[in-house]
Amino acid sequence: MTTRYSFGGDEHIFVEVDEEMSLEAFFKSLSMTNAVRESQIKGVTEICPANASFQIKFDPDLISPGDMLAELKRLEVSAEHAEPVIQTRIVEVPVLYNDPWTRETLMRFRERHQDPDSTDLEYAARINGFESIEAFIEAHSGAPWFVSMVGFVAGLPFMFQMVDRARQIEVPKYLRPRTDTPKLTVGYGGCFACIYSVRGAGGYQMFGITPMPIFDPNQAISYLRDFMVFFRPGDIVKFRPIDRETYDKDVADVEAGRFTPRVRDVTFSLDEFHKDIDGYNQKLGEALYGN
Amino acid sequence: MAIKVISPGLATSVQDLGRPGYYHLGIPISGGMDRFSLRAANMLVGNDEGAAVLEAVFMGPELEFTSDALVAVTGADLPPKVDGEARAGWSSFAVKAGQVLSFDYLKGGARAYIAVSGGIDTPVALGSRSTYTLGALGGLEGRNLQAGDALPVGAAAGSTAEGRSVPEGLRRMPGSKAELRVLTGLYWHRITDASGRNFFAETWEVALEADRIGYRFKGGSPLEFVERKQPFGAGSDPSNIVDACYPYGSIQVPGGTEPIILHRDAVSGGGYFMLGTVISADMDLIGQLQPHTQTQFVSVDMDNALAARRDRHAMLDQIREALA
Repeated sequence: MTTRYSFGGDEHIFVEVDEEMSLEAFFKSLSMTNAVRESQIKGVTEICPANASFQIKFDPDLISPGDMLAELKRLEVSAEHAEPVIQTRIVEVPVLYNDPWTRETLMRFRERHQDPDSTDLEYAARINGFESIEAFIEAHSGAPWFVSMVGFVAGLPFMFQMVDRARQIEVPKYLRPRTDTPKLTVGYGGCFACIYSVRGAGGYQMFGITPMPIFDPNQAISYLRDFMVFFRPGDIVKFRPIDRETYDKDVADVEAGRFTPRVRDVTFSLDEFHKDIDGYNQKLGEALYGN
Repeated sequence: MAIKVISPGLATSVQDLGRPGYYHLGIPISGGMDRFSLRAANMLVGNDEGAAVLEAVFMGPELEFTSDALVAVTGADLPPKVDGEARAGWSSFAVKAGQVLSFDYLKGGARAYIAVSGGIDTPVALGSRSTYTLGALGGLEGRNLQAGDALPVGAAAGSTAEGRSVPEGLRRMPGSKAELRVLTGLYWHRITDASGRNFFAETWEVALEADRIGYRFKGGSPLEFVERKQPFGAGSDPSNIVDACYPYGSIQVPGGTEPIILHRDAVSGGGYFMLGTVISADMDLIGQLQPHTQTQFVSVDMDNALAARRDRHAMLDQIREALA
């Protein structure tokens, strides 16, 4: 990993921690952005962590670009020595895989897909060497995911699965982006999962849909009253496959203000995780479902 | 007091100076695309410079006033009319209760800023009244104006005279061939030197896909990429990167063909490489570009960018002095 700094015009500094995606790069980016927040550098207006990079927006009337750059480089040194441990939360996201709405949408945009004769799930399962879509769903929902970036549009989480490189699912984006994606579609592009927070254009493959809203500008949904965006970078997500009956019940519960996402506070240590990935993920699962 | 919307124009929205601080959650700053004109409009009617105004694009709305107000229209040359009678742009004029403010056809630029004394008083969302339609946030129910809307207006702060004008030399608009100054960087190294030189040598043209999210350009040659093995997670196209943040004003070139400059309603990140960023002083100008406008990108360094920023500040100071 070589950190690369570049100015984005006179108001941004872009910091690429690594060219390629890894949990290490994500952790370093997260820890540097935390350090920037804590150091309260004058003139900083936005601190945006991304997957393997981050971006700082600043007011050059308050701090010169050169001074801003020097501050960041200074923080990199301490971030390198920071222990890769974070206090975060693990969140269960129920998913109706192979749902009728994303299926209807993907059929409408078949000519923009690499494989017009199969569904997005069938295609992703096949090119990743799974025997069936059931086996694929098991892998997708089996190990948890890190929210490595929130963005593109309001509240949309990008997620990177907490497994070793050999088990990472990789799927190309659509050949040409769709003009429509159902709200709350669980999507996939490159090595990232996402949840579309709003209905709109999109290029990620579509695997399912969650009944759990994650963005509410009206702040009417019970668990989004305090803040309209649900996810934060550093959150851990566990997908739980549900059937249509549960999906309908969850949707009704959300509407009635009865739905509460299952969320537990956890401490995550990258070093401990690497010692025994499956064992560590199992412990995270116990933290989520225990007591 | 309220303003009744008789017809909304093409895409008229409530905008102020935006909502910084939420870009890390995918909520962009929004606000007027041409902030220089937005500030000037507010100064003319005696508002705070960051009060909410209406941003009209290409075509003006038709608005009925329910009480007396002072109004100013800046930015694009979209001539205002009161009950059908012409009024000057970049100047304050009175609109009486019951009168209708409408607009003639667009003669230049793209976006007009309509300030009303007291400011548009729609609810504040995350610190701003700016409309972000993609997130259904701010403005009037998070959307552009519609016929039949009633726009609340705040109480005017002080008594300001009609007939005040921004001196002509201080009205900043792009030329018939626009020049946008660019600081190269970000993923500039992904394209070849020859391709980089070409990007600045050629004349581009604003494409039809030009809105508050971003402006697309066409007419130049496709870029040539430096060969490499794509990094894990980046995707297979040479224009792909591991999804990263997009600076405001950054120039991405999906597939190496048509550059897109992200603006105030930017998508906050994604998987396309960027070759540089339009300097802050020139962002306002982009908001005034019509489709098919010839555009030259000009490479500058950081010192030039900061000097241009100071020039723009100085121009605003001159307007403040002229109207004080």
